[in-house]
This record gives sequence, C-alpha cells and structure tokens, in this order.
Amino acid sequence: MATDTNTSAPLAEPPAQTDPSSSPLTRLRKRLEHALRPWRRANPGARYLVIAGVLITLMFLVMAVFADTVAPFGQDQYCSDEFFNPENGACIGAGPDEQIPNRAAPSRQYPFGTTDTRFDVLSRVILGARIAFAVVAFSTALAMLIGVPLGLFSGYIGGRFDKVMVLVMDSIYAFPSLLLALIIAFALGLRLEQLGIDAPFVPAAVAVGTVYIPQYFRVIRNHTLSVKEEPFVEAARSLGASRTTIVFRYIFFNVVSSIPVLFTLNAADAVLTLAGLGFLGYGIRFPTAEWGLDVNLGLADSVAGFWWTAFWPGVAITLLVTGLSLMGEGLNDIVNPLLRVKGYRGKVKLSARESLKLAGDRDPDAMEAAPHRAGTGEASR
Amino acid sequence: MTTAATNQHVLSVRNLRVAYSTPTGYLHAVDDVSFDLSAGESLGVVGESGCGKSTMGKALMQLLPPGAQMSGSVQLKDDELVGVSRRDLRRIRGEEMALVFQEPMTRLDPLMKISTHFVEAIRAHRPRTSKSAAREMGRKAMAQMGIPPTRADNYPHEFSGGMRQRIMIALGVVMQPSIIVADEPTTALDVIVEAQILDLLDRLRRDEDLGLILITHNLGIVAETCDRVAVMYAGRIVELGPVEEVFTTPKHPYTQGLLRSVISVDTTELASIEGFPPDLQHPPAGCRFAPRCDQVFSDCPVTDPRLTAVTDHTAAACLLYDGAYPPEHREGAHA
Amino acid sequence: MATRQGGSGLGRYILVRLALAPIFLLLLLTLLFVLLRILPGDIVTASLAGRASEERIEAARAAAGVDRPIGVQYVEYLGDIVTGDFGEPLSDPRSVGGLVGDLLPATIELTLFAMLIAVPLGILLGSVSARFRDTPLDGGVRLFGIISFSIPVFWLGIQAQLVFSNWLGWLPTGNRISARVTPVDGPTGFYVLDGLIAGNSEFTWTALQHLILPGATLGLVISGVFIRLVRVNMLQTLRADYVESAHARGVAERPVLFRHAFKNALVPVITIMGLQFALLLGGAILTETTFSWPGIGSKVVDFLNARDYVGVQVLVTIIAILIVIVSVIIDIINGLIDPRVRY
Repeated sequence: MATDTNTSAPLAEPPAQTDPSSSPLTRLRKRLEHALRPWRRANPGARYLVIAGVLITLMFLVMAVFADTVAPFGQDQYCSDEFFNPENGACIGAGPDEQIPNRAAPSRQYPFGTTDTRFDVLSRVILGARIAFAVVAFSTALAMLIGVPLGLFSGYIGGRFDKVMVLVMDSIYAFPSLLLALIIAFALGLRLEQLGIDAPFVPAAVAVGTVYIPQYFRVIRNHTLSVKEEPFVEAARSLGASRTTIVFRYIFFNVVSSIPVLFTLNAADAVLTLAGLGFLGYGIRFPTAEWGLDVNLGLADSVAGFWWTAFWPGVAITLLVTGLSLMGEGLNDIVNPLLRVKGYRGKVKLSARESLKLAGDRDPDAMEAAPHRAGTGEASR
Repeated sequence: MTTAATNQHVLSVRNLRVAYSTPTGYLHAVDDVSFDLSAGESLGVVGESGCGKSTMGKALMQLLPPGAQMSGSVQLKDDELVGVSRRDLRRIRGEEMALVFQEPMTRLDPLMKISTHFVEAIRAHRPRTSKSAAREMGRKAMAQMGIPPTRADNYPHEFSGGMRQRIMIALGVVMQPSIIVADEPTTALDVIVEAQILDLLDRLRRDEDLGLILITHNLGIVAETCDRVAVMYAGRIVELGPVEEVFTTPKHPYTQGLLRSVISVDTTELASIEGFPPDLQHPPAGCRFAPRCDQVFSDCPVTDPRLTAVTDHTAAACLLYDGAYPPEHREGAHA
Repeated sequence: MATRQGGSGLGRYILVRLALAPIFLLLLLTLLFVLLRILPGDIVTASLAGRASEERIEAARAAAGVDRPIGVQYVEYLGDIVTGDFGEPLSDPRSVGGLVGDLLPATIELTLFAMLIAVPLGILLGSVSARFRDTPLDGGVRLFGIISFSIPVFWLGIQAQLVFSNWLGWLPTGNRISARVTPVDGPTGFYVLDGLIAGNSEFTWTALQHLILPGATLGLVISGVFIRLVRVNMLQTLRADYVESAHARGVAERPVLFRHAFKNALVPVITIMGLQFALLLGGAILTETTFSWPGIGSKVVDFLNARDYVGVQVLVTIIAILIVIVSVIIDIINGLIDPRVRY
C-alpha cells in the first residue's frame, strides 16, 4: 500500500465504514464540508475573482448604507455646511467665497473635482450608490414577486395557461429591454403626472423591475417542470395536498436554489439599466445623485475638457457591475458543478464521488446548463 | 464454450493502477489489476457501481479525465501502451482497440451525418482513403451491423437507441481492431435490443477473432456471452476464472454473495450483501471486503490478500486460500 | 426524441416558423399597445397638457382616435398596421417611409460594424479561454469579458470621444459624415458601402472615420457577451460524450476540437448573435445617443423628449416588426445548421 500513506495503523477490528449517522457533530461537520467542497475545489484564480467581487460589492454596500456620514457634502449642496439648509437645498446668505467652486479640478478638498452646478463629485458618487442599491432592491423584489409565483404556477399547472404565459413572457423577453424600460418609465411618468402623484423613483424602479420578470419566470418555470415529476411531489399529490400547498411547500423550496445566481446577475444588469435610463433622462430625476444622470450632466463638461464630472460616476457604475458580475459568475461556478468537474486540460481536482461518476455513470443532460440570457447585458446597450 | 487459453495473448494487463487526485488525497479507482486476454476470447468484468470497472475500461485506452494518473503495464500484442506517445496512442485507439460506451444517445455528434462519422474515423487512420471509399467502408460496416446503408446520410437523432449502439459498434470495428472494450453497452436499451446487441458482439468476436472485454453489472449477460469473468471489488480483481467455474463454484465470498443476490427461476428469497463498498481514498488496511464478509476471520482486517490460483483456471484474492498471503506472511501465519 | 426522416423536414420547419411570425408580431404589438395607450391613460392629454389649448388637445385626441373605447382603438391600431398606415410623427416632417429609409441604414451599419468586432473577438477569446481553462490566460480573458460587460456604453463612448477626438484629434465624432461633405445618394444607405460603390473615396473615408468610434465602442462592450457564451459552450462541448468518443476512435486532437467541440459550441452562439442583432436594431439607444448617430435608437429618444407619442409608436412598431423578421431569419439559419431543430 505504498500509495496510501495516511491510512492509520492496522486495526484489530474490522474498520468501521464511514457511517453518516455516527454523531450529530460529525454530521454537521460533514454537511459543512460538503457545502464548502465546491468552494475548496474551485481553482485559486476563480476564487480570487469571487472574493474580489464580494469585496467590491460590500464596499459599495457600506458606502450606500453610511452614505450620509461618508459623503463630505450633500447631493445638491453647493456651499459649505454652515450656510446649507438640507431641507430645501438652498444656501442662504452664502457669499461667493463660501460657495463650492464650480468645475474645480480634483484636489485635496474635492478629490473627484466639482461640477458646473458646484456639486462635489465625490459626494454624488457616494450618494449614488444608495440610489443604485435602493432601485435594484426594489426592482428585483418586484420582478421576483411577479416572476417567481407566475413561473411556479405556470410550470406546475401546465396546459393552456402555461402556453399563454410563455408566449406573453417571450414577447416581453424578445423586446430590447432598455427600450422597454424607457417606454414604461416614460408612460408611467406621464400617468403619475396626470394623476398628480409625486413619486420620482417609481417609474424608473418599476421600469427596471418589469424588464426582469420574464427571466425569473423562465428559470423558475423550467425548473418547476423538472421538479414536478419528482416522486415526492407525486406522493404529496396522492396524499391529497392542495395545489397551493404543493407549489409553495414542495416545489418552491426545490427551485429556490436557482434564484441567487440569477439575482446577482440581474442585479448587475439592473444597475446598468438604471444608469442607462438616467443617462437618457428617464431615470431618477435631478438633483438626486444617480450615476447615469451624472454622466449625462457631465457630458458638456467632458467635451469642454473638464473630464472629471462624467468620469467618476462611470467608474462607479463599472466597478459595482463588475463586482456583482464576479460574484454571480463565482456563484454560478459553485452552484453549477457541470462546468467545473470534468475539465479538459486544466488540473481539476476531483472528489471521490465525482471521479467515480466520471469513470462510470454520466451526469444527465449537460445541455441543461446552457446559459440562459440572464446577464448577457443586452439591457444596456 | 471456453476457447482454450492459448499463449497468444492480445492484451496483457499488469499491475494497472489508476488514481484520481482529490483535494484530500489520492483516490485509487483501480488498484493493481492484472489479467490477460486472448484473441477471440471474451472476458466479462463484473462488480458493483463504483468498483472501478469502467475506469479500468477507459484506462486501457487512456481516456481518463485530467487529474487522473495511471501506472502499470498494458501490453497490446507487442506494444506497451502505458507511457506511449500521443501520436502512437491515437493510432492504437480505433485501429487496435475500440471502445463501445454505455449510452449511445449522446455519443454521436448531433451535427454530423453518420457517413461523415465514418469518413472521419477511417481517415483519422488512413488519411489517403478517398471520401467515397471511406463512405463505402462505412456502408459495409453498417450493413454488417444490420443498419440499412441507405440511411448512411441521416443524422444521429433520426435513429433509435439500439440503432445508434449498432452504429457505435460499426464505427468501432470499421478499422478492424483486435480488441473491443464494451462498457455496459446495453444498459440504456430494452431487453430485446440488448439481446440483439450482445448477439452482434458475440458474432463479431467469433467471425473476426476479436478480443472482447464486456464490462457490466449484469451477471446474466456475462454468463451468456463470456468465456472468462473477472469480479472486481473496490478497485481490485477479487476473482478471475472461467465463467462456468466461477458461477457454479465461486471461490471468493464476494462472488458468492453476488451470485446469491441474482434472481433466477428458483429464487425464493433474495439475498444481498450487507454494507457499502469502502472509501477508496482510505481503503481498509487488510482485505477490502472484510467489513462486509460473512466468512471474516482475525487475519482479514490486517492482511491484504493477493490474487492467487485456487484451481487450475480460477484465481481468487481471499485469505481462505493459502496463496493469498503476501510472501512475508506466508510461513505459519495461517494454520 | 422524435425519429424523423430528413428531406422535407427543413421546408416544413421554415413554413412553420413563417406561420408563427405573425402571431409573434401580434403579441409584440399588443404589448406595445398596452404600454403606450393603456398605461399612461390618455396619452395625448398627458403629453400635451399645459402646452396646448383645450381645443387643440381635443382635436389631437380625435385625430389620434384616443377618445374612442380602448377596444376600438386596439382594432384600429392593428388595422392601420396591416394596411401599412403607421401614423404621422408630430415632431418630424418626414413620412414613415422616409424616416425608416434614413434611420434604418444608419442603425444597421453601426450594428454590423460592432458585430464585426464583437463576434470574432468573442469567438477567439472565448474558445482560447475554454481550451486553456483555469490557467491565468483563462482568468484574464474572463476578467476582460466581465469588465467589458460592466462598462456602461455611454460612459465608454464619452471617454473614447475625449481621448481619440478631443485630445488626440484622430477621429471625428458625432453624426455619420462631416458637415462639409455632401452625402452620396447610394442604393444601400450604408455610407461606407455607398461611397465605395460611387467610387467617392472622400465620402467613404469620412463615413468610415465617423463609424469607427461608435462601432468600436459598441463592439467592445458587446464582445463580453460573446466571450462568456463561447467559453461556456466550449467547456460543455469539450466534455461532451461525442468528443470523448471521437478521441476513442483515434481522431486527432485538432479535428476533434474544431469539427466537434467548436462547431457544436457555435450553434447557440449563432442564436444569441441573431438575438443581439435584433436587439441592437432597436436597442443601440445609448450608443446612438452618445455619438449623435442618427439611427432609430436616438430618434426614439428624440421623440420621447418631444413627447411625440405618435412618433414613438411608429418607431417602436417598426422595431417590433424588425425583431420578428430577424428572429425568423435566425430560426431558419438554426434549422440549416442544426438538423435536430427541424421538426
């Protein structure tokens, strides 16, 4: 047994088999080990990408949560704090010297420079993170709240209802998503204006959310289709469980695993869509700090040579989207082991079960893992 | 039934080991396997799933995933295959040795006509064959396997599973190799098609004097088709001998257990072997079957048995037989 | 799996696709109708409120037909499209035909140029990345793919203009040609191509110069999509059973790689390529706006800014039709490549 260096000294009794029910502690450890195994098996390079993604996203999240403390100035503050009234955004009594200089180049006092409206670019970049997260949270919640139940029921009920739903969702899906978001934001904005409702965030958030409904619908529906054939669903049905119970108790918890990856990739996409809307003037309204809007406002500055006003908000968008995408890709690598295990030439390390699987049985239908269009980024071109 | 064990071995496998590296150490899927195969002979390899039989089959053609390492010796006629250059390996694959896989449905390129598969396979070895000549060879091979040659220009998805398996076999034998390794060739097929495919393999073996290695978990198939049988357990061959002898008077307790668990006409009670195969990353120090064995005794957990001749034709790796003790233990270890 | 004989399969498949196209179009138009007419309530009042007198609004309402029941409006809208009457934009003097004739070639030219950059780049980097998976090279390519996907195209466009146009002065920006050049009236509407056909080198040159920045910016940004896609598909086909089988038959590394793995990996890529193309026809909004490229996307924004609901409706209807046409073409191409889809 030259190959087996870590086998302990010969035992007097027949060696115990690895029994999964030995003790609760071992079981917990085993389970943890099992959960972490894909992570440990991922190659270091891929792991760094994921860590980087999490760090970047966390940085922005912290920035968003503590935006008011971190940002040196308010979003529409154009003078020093003593003259500034955050209630109405006015600077009463501030002389020209107390005002923030206009179009000041990056300096120690204004690290990212200032805009032509005397706003501090750094502060607006920091405050923009808050809007980005808020809108993304709202819109994905909306997309999930509509897309997930629809997908569950459509997949479970099947038949004509399913066919119609798929057709409707496909037609929304086939439409350029930024154009769709633009029209929704435009139309909804008009409607709210007509009704006299002042809700500046609603059109953009609803627009961004609607665009992602079909993606959740699709993924959940397809997953439901496969899960509903499982024996335990059959069993529940034969025991007389109601449709709602089956869908939410039995199927939901089995298809929920496909949401995190989709969520992360969609969040990345949503940040871009929101910025796109903002750039076109149909996102969040001035003077709220929103990155896409700020790039648009900096357009004239940029052409005139004041590069910093449009530069930094764009860097912020790129960084946050990169962070979210890295996280999404990493999660995908971990959740979807198909792409990880049977590498072609790379030094893939295999677990016992998987290597035997490779040697013997094959895993069913690799094409299931074909990428859906989530995160293809067409939303924002 | 037994074609006399000639000295003319087409394939000699000695001390074949395959290890997969894992984060927690090496896993020995195949551990020290040796056997011979003569021309026109069929050897059945049986064992539970995960016993390493499929890995062994792929290792013969060195079709292992990256991260797998193999050692030992695989001698095909006069050529040593372990450590051979990629170029020579490519020549041997298909021309000397063919592999028929478990699932015929995914083994053909969906975008490629069947005839093109043949052209590709033939021209990989005979680059100067014209396309039309290669196509003609393909048609002949298909006709031999009972596929109407008119369907040569169809795509894989237009065939049923059984037909695809025939095509796979035709693709394998079109270069007239001396050995076919069939890894569970009928598992995915229904019983009637299974019989047809097995019949086909058997006929090929007789007509073309092919060596056939049939990897399966189905003992019935082995009993019907094979001359000799190798029983594998936890990466090792535990018993090797003529089918009749092994199946009527099994020597190894594992083989005995396996045979008891087979359903036959006069089965009244179905037996099974208790427990699970060992973790191949940390195999037991002694006999790997000891924890599940019904005839275990004190030496078993500490002494690793070797494969040893028990009768004229059959060998077993079990300490019930004296020769199984490693040399240093042999004197007086077992009364 | 349906077992079918070949032969008439493709023809029937194409017929089915063509028959489905009007249904798809109907769905898209219904979606638009809901968005443009129902969601904002009375869109005419909404867009003209405060900017026109009561009488004018009334007149506009009657002209647009929004004073009638919504069901009647829906039937009328569909009927108009069937008869080819898309409506007259309020803020643009051109007819629908003239508008499309001017805008569509510009959009297609930009999209094609971007695709010419993105697709080869994506296929090259994606397959190299898959082939050398988990090496530093793979990591680098993946990172490039992710970052190029993450950059907002409008911001990249502004930076590109700043560097190449304002600072270095290498390339012009804005519009399709310089103001001092008289447009050549060519048969295709693609300025570069028309210039070549007319043998007008000055015109071709200025058109190409104006195309490079927006085209390269857009191409770079969408290349990330293709890199990812090609990589993932190659990883899957490289481990496909038929690839292993080909190895087992002794087929050499290179043919296995190209004939089996690569070809199979490209099937979904072609689908996505077509989808991207369709989406860009109506969706290169940001790029067109950033570079003042006079295409469909920037015109939609112009109409929105002018609150010209008829104009928006006209253009978006045309975009919907384009999407349906392109997706039928993709389906047919797919049928030609992949024998399995011809059912």
